[in-house]
Amino acid sequence: MSALEEKSKAVSDGGGFALLFFVVGLVASLIVGWVVFPKILYSQKRQPFDFNHKLHNELVDEGCESCHFFREDGSYAGVPKLAQCVDCHESVQGDTEDEAIFVNDYVTPGIEVPWLVYSKQPDCVFFSHAAHVKSAEMDCKTCHGDIGNSSTLKVYEENRITGYSRDIWGKNIAGFKKNTWDRMKMDDCSECHVKLGVHQNSVQTGKGACFVCHQ
Amino acid sequence: MKQSQGHNRPKKYGMVIDLDKCTGCGSCMVACMAENNVPFKKDETNKRDSITWMKVYKLTNGKPFPENDVCYLPRPCMHCEGHHGHSPCVSVCPATATDYSTDTGIVSQIYTRCFGCRYCMAACPYHARYFNWWDPVWPAGMEQMLSPDVSVRMRGIVEKCSFCFHRYQRAMDKAHLEGRHELAEDEYQTSCTQACPSGAITFGDLNNPEHKVHQMVKPDNAHGGRPQAPNAFRLLERLGTNPKVYYLSTREWVRKAGDNSIKGEGKAHAKH
Repeated sequence: MSALEEKSKAVSDGGGFALLFFVVGLVASLIVGWVVFPKILYSQKRQPFDFNHKLHNELVDEGCESCHFFREDGSYAGVPKLAQCVDCHESVQGDTEDEAIFVNDYVTPGIEVPWLVYSKQPDCVFFSHAAHVKSAEMDCKTCHGDIGNSSTLKVYEENRITGYSRDIWGKNIAGFKKNTWDRMKMDDCSECHVKLGVHQNSVQTGKGACFVCHQ
Repeated sequence: MKQSQGHNRPKKYGMVIDLDKCTGCGSCMVACMAENNVPFKKDETNKRDSITWMKVYKLTNGKPFPENDVCYLPRPCMHCEGHHGHSPCVSVCPATATDYSTDTGIVSQIYTRCFGCRYCMAACPYHARYFNWWDPVWPAGMEQMLSPDVSVRMRGIVEKCSFCFHRYQRAMDKAHLEGRHELAEDEYQTSCTQACPSGAITFGDLNNPEHKVHQMVKPDNAHGGRPQAPNAFRLLERLGTNPKVYYLSTREWVRKAGDNSIKGEGKAHAKH
């Protein structure tokens, strides 16, 4: 073997190492970016106690609107207040631990339950439940998922930087979504508005005007 | 689910201010600040850095005593339409933070989108736009009375009158609940309109012949919304900004004060 051949072999060995380092580095960065970062970014918070939507849904007559109702002025009540619950929950019903927490810690002393709202938007966002549920006749599931058939409340993942729920950005850190309820970002609103033919009335962009969903 | 929404007839919300009725009391300014969470400072004497979406100016004819006359002129955002919605501020915004809606004719300002370059302030001939030099600080306890319908603004961005657009949104909420798509004239009124004790401000849809604003100024939509009523005028009409705020006055010097003119201009016309 000549000296020249030996040298070229050494170079190609070095190239192999470089490739290995590159692959290891790439995999490590991907793991940090896709797995470690989301774990650091979102804190895990538990609701004050668990709530069974399915159980309640079977007992009420008007579905979601029995508790999440519209006020007469067209505004939406959102998460129910304690006053709506006490009619049935004045004393402990059933034998679950959550029921005991609810009655003893909140109903008896008359304290509102500090629910963590998964769909809470920044205050610059205007959303009209009336326009979507009444005029466009959409169902709750389209944006919120099938919460009515869930028997437990999931962990509330709060973005440590923005303070909003992970449900707004979506579970998928890359921003892919399979269902309409996977994400609640502005693009998701406008995607549906374009698809369903809401008048695109902006002079600047030719798309939906800002004051449709902003306040 | 319905596949498409019925598109309503486009609105052109506008305002008519009768300057002969305005007493300069400033109720509109106060009502506006309270309604729209407008920040204020302890010392508001420097008018170059204070924020007043609605501002009352004092005009005078500059004549000595017996002929002396003053007029108070409330100035909200004019919500200029320009040509096909290209109002001065909308045209220059590099952030798409301000926009013109062809459905309502309202010039919107999205505070979270604005990055504070202030091109729009330079472009606005009416000084209707204001810059937040500081973060708002409310006196202790006052946060509790902020309107949840209006987003508060932070330091470094521009804000302006929105014609109380949140009131339109609220009114539409009620309409949707009742299965309507159109609002009655009195369902959507701005805060300053309702606060004015002398009834100088009228608000409504300029496209709707049944609305008072339309009847008062008779806008000529074929010619940039020019008012056809004899005592009606707009500020800086000749700039072509096509504003949606009209003024009324029986006094000629007031109507002339609405635009800049060179000395002696218009006299030649008067001879015809």
